[in-house]
Amino acid sequence: MNLNSFLLMRHEIVLIAVALIILIAEIFTSDQNKGRIRGLAIILFALNTIIGFFPAETGTLFGGMFTTIPLHIVVKNILNIGTLIVLIQSNAWLKTEENSDKFPEFYVLLISTLVGMFFMISAGDFLMFYLGLELATIPLAALVAYDRFRSQSAEGGIKLILSSAFSSGIMLYGISMIYGMYGSIYFDMLSPAMAMNSLTILAFIFFFAGMAFKISLVPFHLWAADVYEGAPVNVTSYLSVISKGAAVFILTVILFKVFPTISDLWQKVVWVIAVMTMTIGNLFAIRQQNLKRFIAFSSISQAGFFLLGVIGGNEMGMTAIVYYMLVYIFSNLGVFGVIAIISNKSGKENMDDYNGLYHTNPMLSLTMMLALFSLAGIPPVAGFFGKFFLFTAAAQKGFYILVLIATINTIVSLYYYLLIVKAMFINKSETPIPYFKSDFYTKLGLGICIAGLVIVGFASGIWEMIAKLAFGM
Amino acid sequence: MGILSFLVLIPTITIIAILFTNDKKQARLVSAIGTGIQLVLAGVLVWMYLTERSAGNTAAMLFTQDFMWYPNLNIHYAVGVDGISVAMIALTAVVLFAGIFASWEVEFLNREFFISLILLSGGVFGFFISLDLFTMFLFYELAVIPMYLLIGIWGTGPKEYSAMKLTLMLMGGSALLLVGLLGIYMNSAPAGQPLTFNLLEIAKVTIPIEAQRLFFPLTFVGFGVLGALFPLHTWSPDGHASAPTAVSMLHAGVLMKLGGYGCFRVAMYLMPEAAHEMAWIFIILTTISVVYGAYGAIVQKDLKYINAYSSVSHCGLVIFALLMMNKTSMDGAILQMISHGLMTALFFALIGMIYGRTHTRNIYEMGGLMKVIPFLSVVYVIAGLASLGLPGLSGFVAEMTVFVGAFQHADTFHRVATIIVTTSIVVTAVYILRVVGILLLGPIKNEEFNHFKDAKWFEKLSTITLLVMIAAIGLAPLWLSNMIQHSLIPIIQKLAVTTGI
Repeated sequence: MNLNSFLLMRHEIVLIAVALIILIAEIFTSDQNKGRIRGLAIILFALNTIIGFFPAETGTLFGGMFTTIPLHIVVKNILNIGTLIVLIQSNAWLKTEENSDKFPEFYVLLISTLVGMFFMISAGDFLMFYLGLELATIPLAALVAYDRFRSQSAEGGIKLILSSAFSSGIMLYGISMIYGMYGSIYFDMLSPAMAMNSLTILAFIFFFAGMAFKISLVPFHLWAADVYEGAPVNVTSYLSVISKGAAVFILTVILFKVFPTISDLWQKVVWVIAVMTMTIGNLFAIRQQNLKRFIAFSSISQAGFFLLGVIGGNEMGMTAIVYYMLVYIFSNLGVFGVIAIISNKSGKENMDDYNGLYHTNPMLSLTMMLALFSLAGIPPVAGFFGKFFLFTAAAQKGFYILVLIATINTIVSLYYYLLIVKAMFINKSETPIPYFKSDFYTKLGLGICIAGLVIVGFASGIWEMIAKLAFGM
Repeated sequence: MGILSFLVLIPTITIIAILFTNDKKQARLVSAIGTGIQLVLAGVLVWMYLTERSAGNTAAMLFTQDFMWYPNLNIHYAVGVDGISVAMIALTAVVLFAGIFASWEVEFLNREFFISLILLSGGVFGFFISLDLFTMFLFYELAVIPMYLLIGIWGTGPKEYSAMKLTLMLMGGSALLLVGLLGIYMNSAPAGQPLTFNLLEIAKVTIPIEAQRLFFPLTFVGFGVLGALFPLHTWSPDGHASAPTAVSMLHAGVLMKLGGYGCFRVAMYLMPEAAHEMAWIFIILTTISVVYGAYGAIVQKDLKYINAYSSVSHCGLVIFALLMMNKTSMDGAILQMISHGLMTALFFALIGMIYGRTHTRNIYEMGGLMKVIPFLSVVYVIAGLASLGLPGLSGFVAEMTVFVGAFQHADTFHRVATIIVTTSIVVTAVYILRVVGILLLGPIKNEEFNHFKDAKWFEKLSTITLLVMIAAIGLAPLWLSNMIQHSLIPIIQKLAVTTGI
């Protein structure tokens, strides 16, 4: 082990450095100049994102606890891009009076959770995985409760911390059973030893239930809607996109790597959970009026679509998941970006408030429409490609009925996405949300999303690159 | 770059050009120019196609182009046309061109209207030139989704309900279709060979019969929804009645043909064994469509509903004829698609123009229009005569061919079905003549009607374009029929091999 091998952790180290610089910068800036930290944070994070794309070495550290393979780097870069968009979008919100004294904490907490996810993604054993998971979760609870004067926000924070503590406990129990049986927590050593017996199945169920809490799969989804609604919009977007994406990825990796011998079992479980998640998420979303709750349920349902990639248990599924993660970042952050802007400027979050929005704010409405279409999987935006490939991955393994249920669910989801489109474009309103001019960062954030939505599908190189890396896994 | 890619490129350029226009006049001018170029291009394509063929080129698809898009999944951007797609492209271009002029006076959000309309047409053109199932599906969905905004924003009556119903039902169809296409893809090559989405490649292999039984109904019904297959036709009357004129024209005239086209080009061509096995189910359903649609049209009072039900009937006839699976009837099916596309577009254009004057579509509130707007009324009568199959107009050619082909089957089931379907001709005559009688003849019902002005130049341009095509096909059907028949040969062969005919 030498200094060079630390470069394997480059993504994590750079992120920690960014967090520390922001923390120190806050100490040394006077109150008048504090606003500059916002710009500094975005620039630093953008640099971090760019550095992430530099060629990196691959290998393992700490006796196999920490691994870096090309696919990990891609996933980390994708998450970096997503977080960058979140940071850019939250700029306008952090500028407000009530956040003036505490916004540096927002950056530090957010980056800490991202570091946790990175460690989780690179984990080579259950210990590193668990450490990463906790690091990713605990600061999130603080972020959810960030609007501490709003009781809903505090409530959301408590709900998140309780439910994640609970799920961590369940998951740890499952992991301890695995350790007790096979005497190891290393993924590579576990997979050949893993056998189909009752205790393994029990361990798997506990582990899976814990992960299902984190990803908010039905029937472990009940915390999600309240937390999403209570949290500040920008935190909600982070929760529903970045943290969900990372958790799905690691779940897939562990299912492929640790539990391949009992794949018959977990495919059945994933099948049932996927159907329930898609359907129930959709059915609840139809009834929502508050847009944050609405998106909360819609993203529960979207998590079900991710499972279509998980179930195949092959490289194609892996590729589709990572690809859809990228697509999902652009689509969901596009939607959240618009919701955040409108919520900040007018305080309105209900669907009825969006009536006639196209007449006052055409660009925002178009962005919203494109992003919603992408979520629903309508061409030519990227969501169509993402969903198509997820379906292909599941169909490849012969899960045609699951694919059929999923495609029907996309139609249900299209219904409620169209309700928003209808509100914006068709409904008339006496008092529409007035026109407002967006600042540079807001435009930048949405611009990145639109560019991503339009380009990702047509640029097949992105898919090919991910596929190449996944097939080398 | 081949001529076919221009068919997709020009709508794209037109849309971008419309974005830069300032007002209604510029927007519609740019749209007219764009669709005009598209029409010329379609004409050139027909001409090029005929010269290629007369020069002895016997390839299944002409003007092919193939670019690898997603190498890892073997998805290509592959285009090519045969006689059938050329005919459909020409139909689309004509209807689109007429549609732009029929909606010359859109009242609000003009740019958005023309953009959505041309986006829709771009999807249709893309669909007809695609040889790759992936891009075909992509264009299919692209053609459907603008309908929501077109009906929801610019429609009339219960437009929000109709728009949502139409979109969800058609997208529901495409949900089934997607599974069907994935099933075809997964069985598109023998084990070990790379899978493919290419139609012509897949046609070379025989998909296992178990897979066919599973995926044929999904694919067929998926396309069938758009072709108004009973009982999944209910989006059509509501949708067409609420849609603005140009959208009804394009949707009934062209978009519904996507369904029929997909049914034989994808479902029947690639899975002939299952097509033979299950044809009887769909023959029964389409027989119901044809007769039910015609009877439905009799009892309606709203002009658009009458025409929408008539479309259900005529489109049912298309799928019925396809399912008869012999050369004559399938030839008739394609002819019927084109003939109906022109006729129904003309009807919807006329209804829009009449509605623009009378502000009602209830036939009992109108009467004696022949005296006040003779040009539109005469065109209406001609369109009606074409619809009820008068010799000399396109409807006759198509229906005659269909019935002759269908009756070639010697067994009782097919013959009974054919006879039942034939009765719809009479019913069609009833509802057409009933409307003509109430609407156009008789005394003038309303004093205000006397102030009506007859067709303006753009209305004349729109209707005459369509009328000329109807008459041309009616008087000289052979060139079109030859073009189609040649291209039907590979499909008929594939269908015939399995039964040993």
